[in-house]
Amino acid sequence: MTRPSNEQLRSILVDMVGARIQAGRLWNLQRQGQIGTVAPIDGHEAVVAATAHALDPASDWILPQYREPLALQRFGPEVLDQYMLYNIGHPDGSRLPPSVRVAPLQISLATQVPHAVGLAWGMTLRHQPGVTTVFFGDGSSSEGDFHEAANLAGVLGAPVILLCVNNQWAISTPLHQQTAAESLADRAVGYGIPGVRIDGNDAAAVFDAVDEARRLALDGGGPTLIEATVYRLGAHTTADDPTRYVPAEDLKAARANDPVDRLVDHLRDLGLWDDDTQAEVEVAALTRIDEAFKRAMAQPLTADAVFDHCFITDTPRMARQRADLLATAPQGHSDTPEFDR
Amino acid sequence: MNSTSELTMLQAINEALHGEMARDERVMILGEDVGHVGGVFRATEGLFEKFGEARVVDMPLAEGAIVGSAVGLAMAGLVPVVEIQFLGFSYQAMHQIVGQIARLRYRSQGRFEPAITIRAPFGGGVRTPELHSDSLEGQLANVPGLKVVAPATAADAKGLLAASVRDPDPVVFLEPLRGYRGIRGEVPDDDHVVPLGSARMARSGEDLVIVAWSHQVEVACRVADSLADEGLSIAVLDLRSLVPLDIESIAAVVDRCGRAVVIEEAAQTGGFGGEVVATIVEECFWSLEAPVVRVSGFDVPYPVGMLEDAYVPDEARITAAIRRSLETA
Repeated sequence: MTRPSNEQLRSILVDMVGARIQAGRLWNLQRQGQIGTVAPIDGHEAVVAATAHALDPASDWILPQYREPLALQRFGPEVLDQYMLYNIGHPDGSRLPPSVRVAPLQISLATQVPHAVGLAWGMTLRHQPGVTTVFFGDGSSSEGDFHEAANLAGVLGAPVILLCVNNQWAISTPLHQQTAAESLADRAVGYGIPGVRIDGNDAAAVFDAVDEARRLALDGGGPTLIEATVYRLGAHTTADDPTRYVPAEDLKAARANDPVDRLVDHLRDLGLWDDDTQAEVEVAALTRIDEAFKRAMAQPLTADAVFDHCFITDTPRMARQRADLLATAPQGHSDTPEFDR
Repeated sequence: MNSTSELTMLQAINEALHGEMARDERVMILGEDVGHVGGVFRATEGLFEKFGEARVVDMPLAEGAIVGSAVGLAMAGLVPVVEIQFLGFSYQAMHQIVGQIARLRYRSQGRFEPAITIRAPFGGGVRTPELHSDSLEGQLANVPGLKVVAPATAADAKGLLAASVRDPDPVVFLEPLRGYRGIRGEVPDDDHVVPLGSARMARSGEDLVIVAWSHQVEVACRVADSLADEGLSIAVLDLRSLVPLDIESIAAVVDRCGRAVVIEEAAQTGGFGGEVVATIVEECFWSLEAPVVRVSGFDVPYPVGMLEDAYVPDEARITAAIRRSLETA
């Protein structure tokens, strides 16, 4: 057991509080039609931020699903800049610099799990120290890719942490309609790998579990499946209306166990957090995201960027298509995006 | 210098894999039964013994994870060469091929390089059980970000496979099941690379051109040879790669001949043959002396063994199509 230090817990909380307030900003920007569909992080802050702090950004990789970016600040400020580009629909929204070991967001559920296994395996083959950590949800654990990849990870002994964030809901489908299993962590038995179930609302517990899985992987002990139980406190995405299916009393109970509030209370008790700190962290986080949004909107883009990076060079067919487009498309910055509200 | 040996297509493929693994230590082989046994067709024979279990890997039977883990290996800077035992089995990896490999460079705007080759045998004629003979080149060519290569000769199998492995973009490399041992020819002994995207004139001719790829090139050549006895001059253009497509070579030969027959083994509707016809119409409309004729599989699932000969384009159907074209004034 490696308990996070109080200083580490405080850093984790800074990221969590920042993520929570930034998520609110994103929601409003979407409602104003300024950005596209967003998946709010509410309820996932502890599991994402504490995981990022238990890993080493200089050697370890994170492969997200799509709900995580706001709490991945430890892996580089570029993550937020890239996320804002993503949210306005700019193609650079999935391009991070080589120094940031975070993979692009993944829309197709669980398809990133075999990527994480392959990347961890490849790092071993190339004698690069480090682990990969892949985020996916309870719904994704029903996908074949999760099963195939977890099985392969066990066979290879790959240094990968399979981090299932069980938030009880796959859009509107509750966990009991997802699986008859009592615990998603139990599935590890079938892959011959360790499986642990933790309280994902407890940042210290998340840090512990990820740290232990990481040490095991670096020692050649192979993969670990971690099931972190949380509750999705917000909508699935800005396109979702959870009041149609989430029982109000369940949500109320979950809010009483809010991961951000829990860590705030803990650090307040230790004298490491107060209202001024909270306000400073929130203002800084809002300033950061507003600046990132402004920069994103100013990022140049020409219409024929639609062809860039499909192949390393255009095929003859694409070269003709590019020329055709350039003959008719307006030059310079493309129109300010407009999104359905 | 420039010595050659007579090899089957299978031996040529094996030689290319040996060459690429020796040339670049990042090259890995992944697949089902590719290690100890050397592949169910022996395409990977000797690689396990020579390059070891870390680079030639017998994978669990999970096409999605084989292809999906290749994405991660590529992100780590390795060069995976994946064998899918039969192309029809790639249905279970299609979400990784189409949704992941083909978009890795585009999604990451060039950060990650999907230098991945997927080899798979395809096509009929050997009385396999169901799903072993499906021709999916049309579907695959319709996926932006994938290159699709289909050699017709042993020498091209070696040269195009070497080019595919060295290509920084993902390539689906389609090997004709019937051609593994049925196609043989002189193959350069040394390093041999055939660039992707350049078609090959398999037969020159002036009266009509047959456009084909993979095993159907050989069938087309037999037809051209037999019609030569009647004094007809039939050209055969072997596309070699569907993506990138050698539009200029297609246009040049059709402009010269004025008549074209396009052959493919896949079902007709939505197949790649239609793309070739559309290209001919766009490029060569004013040179055409007759409608372009397609000879293809039918719009049914690839049939079981006793019906195969009714399905796969053969010399009789191709000859009939040629006569139909030539009879048009």
